[in-house]
This record gives sequence, structure tokens and C-alpha cells, in this order.
Amino acid sequence: MEFLNAFVALSNYVLIPGIAYGSQLALGALGVTLIYGILRFSNFAHGDTMAFGAMVTILVTWWMQAQGISFGVLPTALLALPFGILGTMVLLVVTDRVVYRFYRQQKAKPVILVIVSLGVMFIMNGIVRFIIGPDDQNFADGARFIISARDFKAWSGLDEGLALRTSQGITVITAVVVVVALFWFLNKTRTGKSMRAYSDNEDLALLSGINPERVVTYTWLIIAALTTVAGVLYGLDKSFKPFTYFQLLLPIFAAAIVGGLGSPLGAIAGGFVIAFSEVTITYAWKKVLGYLMPEGLEPDGLVQLLSTDYKFAVSFVILLIVLLFKPTGLFKGKSV
Amino acid sequence: MPVAGNPYQDDRGNKDRSIANPQGAGEIVHRKGGKARPSEAGGAFLIGDAMTGGYGKGPDILHDCTIAVNQGEIAVIVGPNGAGKSTAMKAVFGMLDLRQGSVRLDGQDISDLSPQDRVVQGMGFVPQTNNIFTSMTVEENLEMGAFIRRDDFRETMAQVYDLFPILKEKRRQPAGELSGGQRQQVAVGRALMTKPKVLMLDEPTAGVSPIVMDELFDRIIEVARTGIPILMVEQNARQALEIADKGFVLVQGRNAYSGTGRDLLDDPEVRKSFLGG
Repeated sequence: MEFLNAFVALSNYVLIPGIAYGSQLALGALGVTLIYGILRFSNFAHGDTMAFGAMVTILVTWWMQAQGISFGVLPTALLALPFGILGTMVLLVVTDRVVYRFYRQQKAKPVILVIVSLGVMFIMNGIVRFIIGPDDQNFADGARFIISARDFKAWSGLDEGLALRTSQGITVITAVVVVVALFWFLNKTRTGKSMRAYSDNEDLALLSGINPERVVTYTWLIIAALTTVAGVLYGLDKSFKPFTYFQLLLPIFAAAIVGGLGSPLGAIAGGFVIAFSEVTITYAWKKVLGYLMPEGLEPDGLVQLLSTDYKFAVSFVILLIVLLFKPTGLFKGKSV
Repeated sequence: MPVAGNPYQDDRGNKDRSIANPQGAGEIVHRKGGKARPSEAGGAFLIGDAMTGGYGKGPDILHDCTIAVNQGEIAVIVGPNGAGKSTAMKAVFGMLDLRQGSVRLDGQDISDLSPQDRVVQGMGFVPQTNNIFTSMTVEENLEMGAFIRRDDFRETMAQVYDLFPILKEKRRQPAGELSGGQRQQVAVGRALMTKPKVLMLDEPTAGVSPIVMDELFDRIIEVARTGIPILMVEQNARQALEIADKGFVLVQGRNAYSGTGRDLLDDPEVRKSFLGG
């Protein structure tokens, strides 16, 4: 019984939130890794692209809510998601045409593009705050829980409750669908293969008749979908605040590098490594240990290794360790 | 080619691969080419006629240089190091800015075309280095070769496998795991997938052992027998001239000697200066 209670508490506070957060990071890191592999630079505007996609989705969600359109028990934001993706696609393709294409034609070195993306980041950041404001926005609706703590307690008879929020369930399912679709696209379709070819050897792709501009455009379209989905899922699960998305850049890059930059599988693994490290280190283990430890040895303190305010330090330290000891990442990406 | 003095191509000594990924980055400038024009000038099937030019705004490397190949022939460009052999080949393929001269293929003047448009016009090009997609399987390499084709290319793939049986065996393996000679076969196979009207090889035997080199030459002759004219640059002048119908000896970007392979091999001047007596 004690053990079961400990396990349920662990699931409730660590496993489920970790999996949901990990899926969100994985989607973000997948985007970063794709840009790094195909467009050859680290896109610092990634977090703010996520914010933009989430913002468009939120605006459409509010409009739908005002029109009385709803998605039943599921959040209306899922209905608005395609519009958010479309909006982000327009933004990214326009940004590419107006900004990045010039540097591509100049054959600019990747480090120049990194700095360019930093500029793009500030612009996008400004656009989002200008339109929706810097404050917290709430847009989640529909049923709040798939399993609520009270129902679980009544059903299982345990002292500990297990809650599974709708947003968490949706996050995991959506992430799986998106990842499967992306892998299928990259490995099986003609366009996906041409993107891998371009990533592998740009000149030879050109000599094979692959149009580089088209590859770049497709990449941005996929990035738009990935960022918007990641942004909306994060917003549904936590809350939408532009600055939080900017801060997400660190765990997302940490995830991409831990997994091995340029490796899509690595990005997913890295997302979960970072998420679980963050959650386990900032979680107060008092309750779980209280169930597991023998009588009299239960801890008095919170047994929280790090306050949640310092959660970014976790990504940072992991990033440092990986760069020092295994610079290619877990999945043998391009050596960093 | 990096253009000197372009500030965008200065990476300020950045070696940080966690933000920048130089791997596989291209050097061919994507430019919009012009159109092919019918030409009355005649001459060989593929001819780079009196070409003068260099990279970007740099100095001229080629001076009034002419390279040609006829249907069913193997033409070889030889010459000492730095003679502009590869440059001449790249000029024919449009990777160079020509200031004078023209390139004609099959009665069309294609001087204004970009390299990718020349691929569509039927030129297959195998670069000297980085000529395969290392992270993709052999079969995917061939598929990418056929990228511009919208028809069923399985037959062409079967022909390539007939020509290079080892590739069929290794078709599920990443091309980067193959040996040097096998990689060159993948590279040639990839170029053949477009069903090119002419095949251009830049030093196909660079860096392979003598035995593999002989085998590669045999394969190249086989390709030529299928009716595809081949233009190639070669370091191993003697062997290359032995299989060549036509040879061009370049010195400092100029035509020094040209003639049939046999003629050049017999020419005492050529023997003395390039073939080591």
C-alpha cells in the first residue's frame, strides 16, 4: 500500500508532468534540430516563433469562443490550431523571403545567420507583445481532467490521488502523432528525402536538380507547424506568457544538444532528459520518501534539491556536462 | 566559391558548432540562369568553345580554352597540377563566370544556363569530392539522382545495378560506409540516373588504389559503350589517354595540345613534358 501510494504520488507530481513537458520540449527541439541540420544555423527566434504561433491560435480561439464554437470536452484551441499554423507559415516564409534569403544568396557563413536570427527574435518578440500584450493569457476550455484526483482516490481507495489533465493527455498524443508524421515524411517521401539530401550535401543536391529554395521553403513550413503545435501545447498545459516562451529557448537548445544536434531522434530523447531532470530536481520528495522510508526515518524537510525558480540552472548544467564530456550528444549528432 | 572581401563570408573565426553547422554547406552560388538558344555554330555534341573566365570577380583562370566531346566518345582533359583542368570542366558546367566564349550542347547555346538548368538539359556531373550523400543509403542516393525525373525510373536503376553489381548488394547501406572505389561507383550511378546526354567526371580515380582504378576505368568504358559521351578530367594521364578517343592537354588554362588519345600518347613533345618520357 505504502509503495503504491509512493508510486501514485510520483506519477502525479513527476512522471505525468515530466512526460508532458518532455513532449513539448521534444517538439521544440525537433524544430531547432531541423533548422540546424537543413538551414545550418541555430535559430534563436525559435521560442518567439512558438509564441507567435500560440498567439495566433489564441486569437482564433477567442474568436471561436465568442462565436459559440466549441470542441466539446476538448479545448477549442485544437480547432484553432490549423489557423495558428497557417499564420506562422505566412510569418516564417515572409521572414525568409525578406531576411534570410539575402544571406543565403550571399553564401553567408552560418554564424552570421545565427546573429540574424537573433535580430528576427527581437522583432517577433516585439510583434507578439505588441499584439497580445506581455501578460498571462488564459485560453484553455473544455473538460479540465481526464482523470481527477478525487475520482481516482474513490476508485482505487489509495490515500494519494492521481490527476491526468486533458492538456497533458492531448500533449502526449499530439506529440506522438506529429513525430510519427515527421519521421515518415523525412524518410519516405520524395520531398523529405530531398531535404535530407540538401542537409547532407548542398552542392550535390543542386547538381541532382533539387531546388534549394524549395527545400528551404518546405523546411520553414514544417518548422511553422512544429513551433505552433509546441507553443499551443505548452500554453494549454501551463499558461501563455510571451516571456516564458523566450525563456524556453534554453531548455529547448539544451534538449537538442543533449540529443545530438541534427539528429531528430536525439531531439526527442533530449527533450525528455531535460524535462525529467528539471522536474525531479525541483520536486519536493518529502511525500514520496515519506511513504517509502521506514518508520522514523521520514525526512522532516522538503527534500527539494533546487527551488523551481532555479529550474533553468538544470538545463544549463546538463548542457555544460554534455558539451564537456560528450559533445556529439547521445545520438551522435554533428559534433558540436 | 568564396568571394574574397565579402564580409558575409567571414565567420570571425567561429568554431562553435553548437550554433553554426558548416557541414555540407554548398559553394555553388544559386543564380537564376538565362535560357538556352538554338545555335548555328555547330561543332561537337558538347563543346566549351574558346572559354575565358574565372571565379566571381577574380582573375581569369581559363584563356581561350576549348573542350569538346562527340557522341559515343570519351574525351579526357589532362595536364599538370594547377593547369585549370577541373576549372575547364566547371566552366562547361556553368559554375564559372565566362567572360568570353560559349558552351553548346546538342545544337543549343547553353552559356547562360545555371548549373541546375544544365542538369535538366541533360548534363550529368560527378564532382571530384563530396560526390555522394554520405548519410543516405545507396538506393536513396540513386533516387536523388533521379530527382528531376517524374517518370518511372526503376528501369534506369536496374541498369545502374547491372553496371555496378556491388551497389545492388549494398543498396540498403549508408553510402558513407562504403570504400573509396564503391563511393565513386555510387557517384557515377547517381549521375547516370537522370539518363544524361553527356556525363562529366572530375577525376573519378582520385584517391583509389591502382587495382580499383583499373576497374573504374573498365566501368567508364562500359558506360561509354551504352552510348553516353563522357568528358573527364584525369590525373593519371597515360591510362586516361589510352582509353580516350580525344585528349586535351591544358597548360596554365590554355590548350597546349589536342588530338586523339593515340596521337597524344605518340607525340614526343607530350610524352616528354607530361607522361614522363
